Amino acid sequence: MTSVLVKDLTLKFGAVTVLDNLNIDIPEGEFLVLLGASGCGKSTLLNCIAGLLDPTDGEIHIIDRNVTWEEPSGRGIGMVFQSYALYPQMTVEGNLSFGLKNARMPKAEIKERVARAAEILQIDPLLHRKPAALSGGQRQRVAIGRALVRDVDVFLFDEPLSNLDAKLRADLRVEIKRLHHNLQNTMIYVTHDQVEAMTLADRIAIMKSGIIQQLDTPTEIYNRPRNKYVAGFIGSPEINFFEGTIEDGTFETGGERFSLAGYEFQNASRTGRAWLGIRPEHIMSGDAARDLPVTANVTIDIVEPMGSDTLAWATLAGVAIRIRMDGQAAVSSGDQIQIGFDPSRASLFDKATEARV
Amino acid sequence: MDNAITPRGPKPRRRFSRGNIMLYGTLIVVALYYALPLYVMIVTSLKGMPEIRLGNVFSPPVEITFQPWVKAWSEACTGINCDGLSRGFWNSVQILIPSVFLSIIIASINGYALANWRFKGADVFFTILILGAFIPYQVMLYPIVIILREMGLYGSLWGLVLVHTVFGMPILTLLFRNYFTAIPEELFKAARVDGAGFWGIYFRIMLPMSLPIFVVAMILQVTGIWNDFLFGVIYTRPEIYPMTVQLNNIVNSVQGVKEYNVNMAATLLTGLVPLIIYFASGKLFVRGIAAGAVKG
Repeated sequence: MTSVLVKDLTLKFGAVTVLDNLNIDIPEGEFLVLLGASGCGKSTLLNCIAGLLDPTDGEIHIIDRNVTWEEPSGRGIGMVFQSYALYPQMTVEGNLSFGLKNARMPKAEIKERVARAAEILQIDPLLHRKPAALSGGQRQRVAIGRALVRDVDVFLFDEPLSNLDAKLRADLRVEIKRLHHNLQNTMIYVTHDQVEAMTLADRIAIMKSGIIQQLDTPTEIYNRPRNKYVAGFIGSPEINFFEGTIEDGTFETGGERFSLAGYEFQNASRTGRAWLGIRPEHIMSGDAARDLPVTANVTIDIVEPMGSDTLAWATLAGVAIRIRMDGQAAVSSGDQIQIGFDPSRASLFDKATEARV
Repeated sequence: MDNAITPRGPKPRRRFSRGNIMLYGTLIVVALYYALPLYVMIVTSLKGMPEIRLGNVFSPPVEITFQPWVKAWSEACTGINCDGLSRGFWNSVQILIPSVFLSIIIASINGYALANWRFKGADVFFTILILGAFIPYQVMLYPIVIILREMGLYGSLWGLVLVHTVFGMPILTLLFRNYFTAIPEELFKAARVDGAGFWGIYFRIMLPMSLPIFVVAMILQVTGIWNDFLFGVIYTRPEIYPMTVQLNNIVNSVQGVKEYNVNMAATLLTGLVPLIIYFASGKLFVRGIAAGAVKG
């Protein structure tokens, strides 16, 4: 069953088109992440779904009801903001019950719902504190609670973890995942952090300048990016690109010739100018590289050890490339090593359209 | 050499450096410059007329008398009324309270609407309102006389209240708008998602967060309206003249002996209200002015 349906949604601020004819169909219980660089329109889309911004054109349906002209409070949504947006003059309890009081709910039921939300989020002991006396993680938990008490159909998260430090972010990320697992609500989550997107999402929508570039499962987006932008955006360290020509099942670039044996073309095999993208973690080195269809000898320029793995920079076919190696790999700059990759793990993009071929 | 001390720990500071002497010297001179007239006023108001005639302006009173204060408050004559400044004081209070309340309530709602509920033409409206702050009062005096006459309010207390409310609007609206704009927008969005409407957000979210700016607005309005002379003298009748106008009439009366002690006492009495306001709320005033720099 469809939970949230965005139909032909367009939003313009004067001459600037922020959202361009968007269509998304979100089934019930799905965790959808809107991912993109800042200014791509992801938060704007979320605000439109919440009813905080009026679209220029298009419709928004939530649970089979056209809510395009509905007030935010009448849409069955709860929203969690980046800056927590807790009411500073109210206690945690006051913050949680504010929405319910506005809905003129009986006192006994408010109390019951606040207690239940506090239990789920483990903020019982904080109920009588003011937001100023809470830590960042606690504040964000209260903010989630504020959506929780209202018993909404859809949760909207607007970069909820961006204000937290790295460790807390990882902790709360797991908690949000657990919350989704337990509640099974539809959740729409805006972030610019690809780790959050990959770990949380059932599906990810990658946005750029108001257009969804790809809407797919995390695995699909990682393995088969639909265009060059998506390939470059997802993955850290970034994917390596070579510019060249496809010819007779090979890819020619800067004097090198890579075999394309095993690459799954979208349509029939084709020729022409193209980009070849290969992720740093898919480039093998040493013994593992020897038997791969594509091999080459390179000199290591720089080594960046990161503990769990090591990132090595080298030059291949005139392009500086990143190679991800084991953290224990004994390499240093100046070393000559053999590298290789399997073309079936690479991605090819048309030079002109940047679409996957 | 003894001078070769290794720099270590806090940097030594000289208390009587040339810069400090200049700084504090200037401050003391300026402070005296402002405090001296006040001192003269206070001592003169506590002297009897014979002592004043001796001409020792700066000497403290030989014989302290509160008679001039009593006279200024309840006996001094202006025109046909001889009940002192007390009449003007109560007139001013009656003008002040409704003017301050009305102007602050309206301006805060204006500012809130301009900051958070962007309506069509909001920018134009705001620009016109701000322009209003730059129009010289003199240009408006006569048109307002006619407007008040047509409304049947000319010469009445409420007419003056209306004038004060309207003239306070540009600067107060600007003040409130800027304050509300500085409140994070997400808070406003959260309240909307929580189902609060225009008034709900104003009373339950914005108002409780904005005490400092309300205090600033109150101080601005109380001192401004209390010290107003021009509007008071133009738009009211002698029976309801505010305190400032009455003070002027007492001090500038050309008949009889000039009673300097009574004049000084009357002036001090008139200045007392703004003075008390400043002393009582000085801290809040600074807090409100600096509020933009403080996180909520």
